[in-house]
Amino acid sequence: AAANLRSSALPDKVAKSAAAYLSAAPSGGKHELPDLPYDYAALEPVVSAETMELHHSKHHNTYVTNLNASLEKLDAAVSAGDVSGIIALQGALKFNGGGHVNHTLFWENLAAPEAFKAPTDGALGDMIKCCFGDFDKMKAELSAQTIAVQGSGWGWLGYNPKTGAIEGATCANQDPLQATTGLVPLAGIDVWEHAYYVDYRNVRPNYVNAIWDIINWDVVEARLLAAQKAAGKI
Amino acid sequence: MTSSSSRFLVTILLSMTTLRGDAKQFELPPLPYGYDALEPMISANTLTYHHDKHHAKYVNTMNSMIKGQSELESMETIEEILVHAHEQGNTGLFNNAAQSWNHEFYWNCMTPPSKSSSISEPPKNSQLSKMIQQSFGSYEEFVTQFTTAGNTAFGSGWAWLCYSIPQQKLIVTKTIGAGTPLTENSSSKAKVVIPILTMDVWEHAYYLDYQNARPTYTQTFLTKLVNWDFVGRNLKEAIEVGKDEL
Repeated sequence: AAANLRSSALPDKVAKSAAAYLSAAPSGGKHELPDLPYDYAALEPVVSAETMELHHSKHHNTYVTNLNASLEKLDAAVSAGDVSGIIALQGALKFNGGGHVNHTLFWENLAAPEAFKAPTDGALGDMIKCCFGDFDKMKAELSAQTIAVQGSGWGWLGYNPKTGAIEGATCANQDPLQATTGLVPLAGIDVWEHAYYVDYRNVRPNYVNAIWDIINWDVVEARLLAAQKAAGKI
Repeated sequence: MTSSSSRFLVTILLSMTTLRGDAKQFELPPLPYGYDALEPMISANTLTYHHDKHHAKYVNTMNSMIKGQSELESMETIEEILVHAHEQGNTGLFNNAAQSWNHEFYWNCMTPPSKSSSISEPPKNSQLSKMIQQSFGSYEEFVTQFTTAGNTAFGSGWAWLCYSIPQQKLIVTKTIGAGTPLTENSSSKAKVVIPILTMDVWEHAYYLDYQNARPTYTQTFLTKLVNWDFVGRNLKEAIEVGKDEL
């Protein structure tokens, strides 16, 4: 089902969900750069069109290209029974695969500022109150963690399938949240410098504080419900 | 163990002493050239943000972490502080001290580019040039290894050319985040590695000028911007330190 509930009328090709993109390349297939569910300028003034175009068509695209190249090498190593070769590819797979997963999820959990609606009720609103106290407290806690990432990485709101709670987390570089921590990603915030340098220069806190206004909370709630269902909690 | 093994690299990089004011705080060293001196390869805009914001913040944060800690305040150099922080597992202090050191070293590794279109290299027949040939087989191989190190640091990091004391030759390494080869040297044992050249590949180092095209930046850095005199002097001192160690 298309999870971009905040987007206005979309052509069919961009209605594909992140989940659909990320499961779309079985052995021998190629991963694709997903289309954005909005124009490059849609997230202004929080993130500029210039940043969105660079970030999507250059950075994310490079991860996709390099992931496909790494997977070809992996296929060859597996076919040849080359265990050492398989292991040697782990770094490139984590980096490029993680980059593709993270950015695909990221584009989907953003929406135009006009579409903003605070997650104060419903399943997500209740979960936020339960785990953080209120929306402002959640933002404060996650902002602090995310701003404090050393070097390149991501801040996340994640669902913990063991405890049934939601929590903030961070990962370094392109390490993907679920494979690294077991938390199911609900909302990601990219804090690699390329995500904000054009618009905010070195002032990462301004970017992180602003990005809460363009999170697509409907998508976050849909991911929460899917994660709860998958964990057998609902 | 010789007496010099407990000595830090105070003699190295003499041109980059970061001064302590009366308040026992380190000062942000000025760039060794004007903000527009590296144009068009690195813009004045980049250097302004990189030096006045990023580097400055590391120095200020390090100072605030040192303040009032008499053991740290008695250390003469940033190198001592970062090695101490590393050994104590004090990640916050390490990150800020190491990044303070790394950036100062980086500014000194660069010099205004020549106006000609030729590639800048170490002087022929210099100790540095010969050591590069011996260590890598050819100058081209060194360029390949160094730029590859910079291009494949996954995330924020640094590429380094170091003198390996046990091998008595040059090696290329890369570090992640604030990492530095200085931590390969423990304060209680003989030194193993001495950095002689570094290149910053955190995105803030090149994003305004090159955007995502990191390989263009790394190639440009190595072929146009390196201060080979500085690198050559660092090598000379590294070899001296190595002789003391062995």
